[in-house]
Amino acid sequence: MSGGGVGRYYVLDAISEGLEPGRRPALTLVDPRVRILAVAVFAIVVVLLTDFAALGVALALSIAALIHTGLPVGSTLKRMIMMDTFVIFMILSMPFTVPGDVAFTVLGLDASWQGIDKALQIGIKANAIILMLMVVVGTMSPTTLGHALGRLKIPMPLVHLLLFTVRYIEVLYGEYKRLRTAMRTRGFRASTNRHTLRTVGYMLGMLLVRAVDRSERILQAMKCRGFNGSLPIIDDLAFAARRDGAFIVLTAGVIAALVALEVLHVATL
Amino acid sequence: MSPLFDVSGIAFAYPGNSFKALDGANLQLFPGERLCLTGPNGAGKSTLLQIMVGLLKPHQGRVVAFGTEPKTEPEFREVRCRAGYVFQDPDDQLFCPTVAEDVAFGPLNMGKSPKEAMEIVDGVLTRLRLQAFRDRVTYKLSGGERRLVSLATVLAMEPEVLLLDEPTNALDEPTTERLIEILLSLPQAMVVVSHDPHFRKRIGTRTVRLTGGRIQGEAAEARNAEAAEAVA
Repeated sequence: MSGGGVGRYYVLDAISEGLEPGRRPALTLVDPRVRILAVAVFAIVVVLLTDFAALGVALALSIAALIHTGLPVGSTLKRMIMMDTFVIFMILSMPFTVPGDVAFTVLGLDASWQGIDKALQIGIKANAIILMLMVVVGTMSPTTLGHALGRLKIPMPLVHLLLFTVRYIEVLYGEYKRLRTAMRTRGFRASTNRHTLRTVGYMLGMLLVRAVDRSERILQAMKCRGFNGSLPIIDDLAFAARRDGAFIVLTAGVIAALVALEVLHVATL
Repeated sequence: MSPLFDVSGIAFAYPGNSFKALDGANLQLFPGERLCLTGPNGAGKSTLLQIMVGLLKPHQGRVVAFGTEPKTEPEFREVRCRAGYVFQDPDDQLFCPTVAEDVAFGPLNMGKSPKEAMEIVDGVLTRLRLQAFRDRVTYKLSGGERRLVSLATVLAMEPEVLLLDEPTNALDEPTTERLIEILLSLPQAMVVVSHDPHFRKRIGTRTVRLTGGRIQGEAAEARNAEAAEAVA
């Protein structure tokens, strides 16, 4: 059940888990907790920036980080663009909803320069942050991410939700594949008709029923081992003064530079 | 010798189903026994095991475990720690990200410190020759590896009794052989649900058959096994 399948959605694991420590990019050796916090600070600062020079630097930094980790550029950017489909409508409507100097008119609607500025800003911010997140946090295995979040005092139910999802998504996907194969072996071909709709409905219903059944069996199995409501997490996360210290100094420098650019720009207005 | 488990007159029907899965089932397990439980699909074998550890409540009948009759959830919790249940599907049993965490789960629930728990983990994995899997991710193990690891998660709690639900299900021959070897080396009394006559013959000291909601006495091969033991 391992390998292909759902595994393809977290291609990025390969970078953090597959290589020998000596050959891994420096960034992926930094303590996961430090990486999560650094990205959080980066995201907050970038969201607050308004200066295009500063925003451009932020996006450039994300791209530099991407190149540093040696992730496949094409597929990583593709994932970034997938996120863009969520904000595209907001960006497209922004010029028409922000009042200001008219730039052009479409079907009697006025687009403002101020609105175009805002739309561009949001576009750059969103892409810079998501890219940095994918490069710095996405290169951890989901398990490490769960452990790190747990150690950062993120509420345990959320951490467990993540870890259970990681654990069982392959199992559910396997069940889905078995159902699909069973359907195909009996000559099922999807098309636009009632039969297809009903069959797919049955399949999704069956998946749901099986998932619920399985969750009950898992709880029973946990009870059989004395489960009393708390889940222990065992990890071997440890700060390394030189490696993590250097990363923290670097991050602080980057943040300071972004803030300085922004402040200089506002001062010159 | 007093039995570890003494289950009598158990009747049980699943909710919304008038069919009685169990109807007056009796079962006794004595120390040192490896009791095989067989019977047709849907005869209620797993149901009986689940009733023994209080996961299901029988409509009638008594469960006496380790000399007392547990009634409440805390009492059954105690029983579950002393009678380790190995589920039919290892995917139900192994839910932690890594093997070490999964094996440590039971001992930690029993109040062991993380350090003690890790010592137990290493001990059990070494005993089952599974040390290499210690830091592996559970969902990336093969079917056979999962089965052996799920046995390890239960053995880590040092139970007095093992309840195994179709342990050889979907195992290849070498892994089945390895499992037999492990089970024969264990001191625990066990109830083993199995459809595999060869497997039962190899490990069972006694075999009973569950049909029509009742235990129907000794199956033929059990007498053979005992005869073989008498000769040996």
